[in-house]
Amino acid sequence: MKFSENWLRELVEIKADRAALAHALTMAGLEVEELTVLGEGLAGVVVAEIVAAEKHPEADRLQVCKVDAGQGEFLQIVCGAPNARVGIKVPLAMVGASLPGGMSIKAAKLRGVESFGMLCSSKELGIDADASGLLELPLDAPVGQSLAEYLGLPDASIELKLTPNRPDCLGLVGLAHDVAALFGSAVKVPAQAAAAVTSEAHRGIRLEAGKDAPRYLGRIVEGIDPAARTPLWLAERLRRSGLRPISAVVDITNYVMLELGQPLHAFDNDTLEGDIVVRHAHAGETLKLLDGSAAKLDAGFVLIADEHKALAVAGVMGGYDSRVTDGTRNIFLESAHFAPAAIMGRARKLGMHTDASHRFERGVDPELPRRALERATELLLSIAGGHAGPVLVAENLADLPKPATVVLRRTRLKRVLGVDVADAEVARIFTALGMQVEVHAEGWQITAPSSRFDIEREEDLIEEVARIFGYDNIPTHSPAGALALAIEPEARINELALREQLAARGYYEAVNLSFVPAELLARWGFTERLVPLANPLSADLAIMRPSLLPGLIEALRHNRARQQERVRLFEVARVFAAGDPPVETPSLAIVACGNARGEQWGEPSRQLDFHDLKGDLDALIAWGGEPQRWSVHADVPGWLHPGRGARVTRDGATVGYLGALHPQLAKALDLGADVHVLELALEPLLARRLPLAQPVPRFPAVRRDIAMDLPEEISWSQIEQTVRGSVGARLQELRLFDRYSGKGVEAGRKSLAMGLILQDASRTLTDDDADRCVREAIAALERTCKAKLRG
Amino acid sequence: MDDLDSRAAQALAEIDRADTLEALDALRVSLLGKSGIVTAALRALGALAPDERKARGAEVNKVKDRLADALTARKQVLEQAELDRRLASEKLDISLPGRDGERGGIHPITRALERISAIFARLGYQRADGPEIEDDWHNFEALNFPPHHPARAMHDTFYFGDGRLLRTHTSPVQIRSMKGRQPPIRIIAPGKVYRSDSDQTHSPMFHQIEGLLVDETSSFADLKGTLAEFIRAFFERDFEMRFRPSYFPFTEPSAEVDIRWTEPDQSGSDGGTRWLEVLGCGMVHPTVLANCGIDPERYTGFAFGLGVERFAMLRYGVSDLRAFFENDLRFLKQFA
Repeated sequence: MKFSENWLRELVEIKADRAALAHALTMAGLEVEELTVLGEGLAGVVVAEIVAAEKHPEADRLQVCKVDAGQGEFLQIVCGAPNARVGIKVPLAMVGASLPGGMSIKAAKLRGVESFGMLCSSKELGIDADASGLLELPLDAPVGQSLAEYLGLPDASIELKLTPNRPDCLGLVGLAHDVAALFGSAVKVPAQAAAAVTSEAHRGIRLEAGKDAPRYLGRIVEGIDPAARTPLWLAERLRRSGLRPISAVVDITNYVMLELGQPLHAFDNDTLEGDIVVRHAHAGETLKLLDGSAAKLDAGFVLIADEHKALAVAGVMGGYDSRVTDGTRNIFLESAHFAPAAIMGRARKLGMHTDASHRFERGVDPELPRRALERATELLLSIAGGHAGPVLVAENLADLPKPATVVLRRTRLKRVLGVDVADAEVARIFTALGMQVEVHAEGWQITAPSSRFDIEREEDLIEEVARIFGYDNIPTHSPAGALALAIEPEARINELALREQLAARGYYEAVNLSFVPAELLARWGFTERLVPLANPLSADLAIMRPSLLPGLIEALRHNRARQQERVRLFEVARVFAAGDPPVETPSLAIVACGNARGEQWGEPSRQLDFHDLKGDLDALIAWGGEPQRWSVHADVPGWLHPGRGARVTRDGATVGYLGALHPQLAKALDLGADVHVLELALEPLLARRLPLAQPVPRFPAVRRDIAMDLPEEISWSQIEQTVRGSVGARLQELRLFDRYSGKGVEAGRKSLAMGLILQDASRTLTDDDADRCVREAIAALERTCKAKLRG
Repeated sequence: MDDLDSRAAQALAEIDRADTLEALDALRVSLLGKSGIVTAALRALGALAPDERKARGAEVNKVKDRLADALTARKQVLEQAELDRRLASEKLDISLPGRDGERGGIHPITRALERISAIFARLGYQRADGPEIEDDWHNFEALNFPPHHPARAMHDTFYFGDGRLLRTHTSPVQIRSMKGRQPPIRIIAPGKVYRSDSDQTHSPMFHQIEGLLVDETSSFADLKGTLAEFIRAFFERDFEMRFRPSYFPFTEPSAEVDIRWTEPDQSGSDGGTRWLEVLGCGMVHPTVLANCGIDPERYTGFAFGLGVERFAMLRYGVSDLRAFFENDLRFLKQFA
């Protein structure tokens, strides 16, 4: 809602300057979003008439004008504006004036011709953005008068960011009432007189849309002057309120909408046939609208029609064929009430947003149509002449919204706001807001004016009291209410601690958008159970990510492209899979490339490999305290190197993958063999064993080392299981301390050297005990793992 | 006798001259060893008369002790010198960087989000969560946004084909937390939210934190007190604050909270300060409580929502929202 400050001040007494007014509006919930001062510093600018204009002898684009500024003697002014011509009235900045843009006017010679002042455009005067030519003033503008005085300047164009609950402030009169309550002053809006009816022209109105359109007023005004021009004062108010003047009739309907908040529409009466019918559209019905677009309608739309054709989409926009044109002499004015529910979302469905729909979908005072119609008639008759017919009324009183009567309890007011507001102040606030106040046993019974659609229940009244009383006047206090102690499970690792742990291991946390392009996913081979957006911002942001890795690798690429050789990133976020409801799985992903360690001086550098990343995983698993529940398997998805990747399971269920990117994928992404990735479901990583203490062993441990020759495919976890199974409880730990393949070991086999740490809870183990354990372990490995003891 | 004395005097001089532990040890053997002079002298005692033997024995032992003491003293000196030499040769260049001292870091959004959550945790707010892919009921209807209501136009929403949507705020977590539960309730719900808007100051994905308190006593004054304390705790300084009436369908009265922010290195018309909106809040609308099975007559509550990016930008001086999602290490390393 944009409006002219001077206009508002004409409607209500405001005992405050501009800055104080803006502050008061903002602090009352009518936030001032923008305030533009107009026409300040126009001293020395006057209304002038061009009485002669000749081409400049030295310059094609300049004219030498003689100008009457009411000083008796004409002034010579050189002017480059394309519209400068004899007979028009324009603003003249006299010598000595300084314009809002900072320009000082001096007597000057332009290409050898003397010039005593400057003729101005709107932009040069700081009252509009229009710099296309001189601001042409009406021909009756008094020559010599100060321009500021003539145009009612200075003024300010104030734009409010109104919340959807305050449609009553979408008209200046409604706004004036709120301002009056804020400043404890009175509105100065005169009662609307009815126009003299001098014509009998009328037509029937039939309401056939039920509660969607319960009131429709119309009036025919015959014989207006099609050439009538919008008076300057009205055009100026429209412009300062953000509307462009178009034609007298349209400008008048817009003016009344801004003033009262009631959208109006004017039809060319000669295009109408028979009665006006207010009905729902038929499925598939179409209508060419004012803006030239063709609206495809359905039964959800209310239409204004006549007996043969659709005329306008109610509350949204008029039709093209019934519009007022340059030649229109007979007008049919519409001033109606449409229910918000009948208009909500309709304009959006047509891909538009209009001043009318904006107001109707928020709610317009149902008592406004008659007053608005009379106001528009009054302006129309005075500006364009004509003869007004009778006011035509069709209404279903039963379907009109009733003013709400709501009780506000004194105790509730205090309970919700936490402050005592004096009874007299409460009554003053409601009265000032135009509400009827009656005393009630527990507080007040309030009847809201018809303009206040938002007053429906007690909380709405509490808000009004708080708003006018002032949020700043409510004290601050710390909640003293009961508190339920939250229990944090100890058997769960804190997510932040996990992130900090990864940071401690050298990783930086990344945050990527949750959307990824389909093309990138296809490259990775993610094609199943995708969750695409129906209305993505772009193809690059089309699919909810099924994995954190494609995005995280893009972040790695971003850094690689910026001279970062060693990149280590992680992200914790949800991944998405189709389902009912869709499945959201919090996940952890890691990407790393470059050297295993940061560049340093003491040791040879080495490229990161699979086991570096697995070490990170092992550390996280160790934190949970139950590494035996985890294992890795060699079968991996297509985006991993088939020989350097692993599927990770916990209790046998797959929880994620790690490994080197598949060389083909790495190549397609322009990356090398050093890029390693990991992605795991987060929850299993956060599970943690609650410790149950065991007695510390009292007897010493014994260590025995063995070297076994085994087939390549036997996994370490298989070996661990076998040894543990054969030795039993005496095996404290099995340590792998060497792995070898190559010369001396058959192809397809490997040699593993391992240490068995043996201990007994009840006595010191003898050499014989230890030897027996080792023999059993070797026998079991030979039996189940095709192992051979190495000599 | 004189012979032993003069040999001993000579030996003492030799001990003082010994400059290696090896030389000293050779001396010890030649003096005190099996074939050393002291041993020989002791052996010779057997040939003496008993009364003579005693006096002579005492003398020899005295010489032996003197030599042994001198050997020990000299050994300590030589060992100390050797240690000094070794320590001098073992001197490291301690100025070189240590091994594996690198550290990563958490993202500034996480950092701000966790800081905010921790402040509320100290006030007894429990962390709550909900899905990012929401249904219309939780995201809008239960929060008092009727279908097509103009208030929805303030939420540019991403939809899925089945009518589901990406949550446009963390407020649906209020609904999920209140359903099937009775007050007192204090929850804090951080998470990702989505709006179909993307430009210099809007990201289609961003982070919000929703707070909710419902009990038998809370009022708008408590809401003001809570947020004032929070702002002070987060920024570790006092701000001029103002609560401005606003409108959210799920709270009434509703407010937006501004703080008087001083732009670093800028002096504008207001002395370099301006009002900056940082929070939305209000008293939970009775309809919302009723939608969740909580008696709005018995209980009142307040809710607030804030944008984590905004707080991170203010706290850490980040001027471009987009920097948060580029994941440039040169940016991330500043928050390690």
